[in-house]
Amino acid sequence: MSSTYDRGTVENFGRWREFSAGMWAWVLHKFTGWILIGYLFTHIAVLSTATGVDQAMVEANEDIYTNTLQDLEELVIVRFLEIGLLSVAVFHILNGIRLLMVDLGVGLESQDKSFYGSLALTAVIAVASIPTFLGGVF
Amino acid sequence: MSTQVTEKSDEKEEAESTEQSPGERRREEKAKRQQEKEAETPELIDEADETVELKIFRFDPEVPDKEEPRFDSFTVPYFEGMTVLDGLIYSRDNYDSSLTFRHSCRQAVCGSDALLINGTQRLACKTQMVDLEWPIRVEPLPHQDVVKDLVVDMEHFYEQMNAVEPYFDPDELPEEDREEQKQRPENREKIKLSTRCIWCGACMSSCNVAAGDNEYLGPAAINKAYRFAMDEREGGDKKEDRLRILEQEHGVWRCQTQFSCTEVCPKDIPLTEHIQELKREAVKSNLKFW
Ligand code: HEM
Ligand code: SF4
Ligand code: FES
Repeated sequence: MSSTYDRGTVENFGRWREFSAGMWAWVLHKFTGWILIGYLFTHIAVLSTATGVDQAMVEANEDIYTNTLQDLEELVIVRFLEIGLLSVAVFHILNGIRLLMVDLGVGLESQDKSFYGSLALTAVIAVASIPTFLGGVF
Repeated sequence: MSTQVTEKSDEKEEAESTEQSPGERRREEKAKRQQEKEAETPELIDEADETVELKIFRFDPEVPDKEEPRFDSFTVPYFEGMTVLDGLIYSRDNYDSSLTFRHSCRQAVCGSDALLINGTQRLACKTQMVDLEWPIRVEPLPHQDVVKDLVVDMEHFYEQMNAVEPYFDPDELPEEDREEQKQRPENREKIKLSTRCIWCGACMSSCNVAAGDNEYLGPAAINKAYRFAMDEREGGDKKEDRLRILEQEHGVWRCQTQFSCTEVCPKDIPLTEHIQELKREAVKSNLKFW
């Protein structure tokens, strides 16, 4: 027993196929949480640098802020990203509520079902949002 | 595998023999049982209806040929009711006597054969081959150092178990000598599941947080603490002490409620639930409204 073999940390990722519901919920919660943070900062950066104070331009609907938003909304990719953002936010909120329940010790036996429920509800809401987000693009 | 059959013939034997001495009778029965067993358990692979392939992790730092970890394939005969442990024993006895793994009770009691079977932590003796996808992949428990083949170093796990001071320290003992210390049935019910731990280490091995933080107490140790903390016979001071240990940096707050431990525990202990309850307990003991 002179030496031992340490298989390292990489093995965790190799086993993703065997992840259980709770593990997927954790991975997705982290992922969505950080996406939301990322979005929040981009959002602030874009909007805070797109403000013009020229009153005449504002009245003519030609100010930088309006232009920026209109330009962005014209991009198809942005419309799709918006659906993605909504899904990410909805999942994070639903699973966040699930996690709060877990913290309170409520319904721990059905934690896997509430995870699948969060996923399903997220999917439904994402699909339902398509007409709104993609309306007038094509 | 042939236990039931043997038991039946035992009864018959007892009724028949009258003149033999008990020792003689026992020896004779034993020989007979041995014969029956040999007839019952075909050792030859072509006598089995089916065969199953086991892919087993091999590693031995002391053998040049096995210094590099690898998988060996063993084809073993499959019989109804066969567990993964049976397959391992067959492989060792018939193919490679150097194949090393721990086992003892063969009935999910001793906790020595927790292994990574088809990617999940399970007790080899409690895992039926029919329930698995074939070929079956058998590896040592992840996140523990491998000593040899399927044997991992459990020292750290035991250290964590002992770190929560798993023993009673009641404030008062029963007055009379030899009087029992009573526990209400409801309280017994509350800690019932937590007492079932067999120290197999499956939970700790499945835990992603424990993998990243070697100092994390881990599910089994926290469950062990729960077993005492929730026991009404435990003394107040000790309970306080133990809560201090649990609420440290590497204690209950490390748990991210991934439920991996609860998923793999062969004794079906609701580990996550117990950890969560201790988190709330720790908050309660620290909350003061003044
Ligand atoms: C109603 C809305 C929300 C709810 C209910 C919620 C709930 C939660 C909960 C319970 C956690 C802790 C997870 C754990 O126990 O490990 C968490 C983590 C987190 N949340 Fe939220 N959240 C919400 C909105 C947001 C928003 C808007 C953002 C970003 C701007 C966000 C970013 C994060 C991040 C970054 C984490 C940490 C992820 C990590 O562990 O690395 N959340 N959320
Ligand atoms: S809690 Fe369950 S999985 Fe963990 S060591 Fe005890 S019996 Fe094994
Ligand atoms: S051999 Fe004892 S638990 Fe499996």
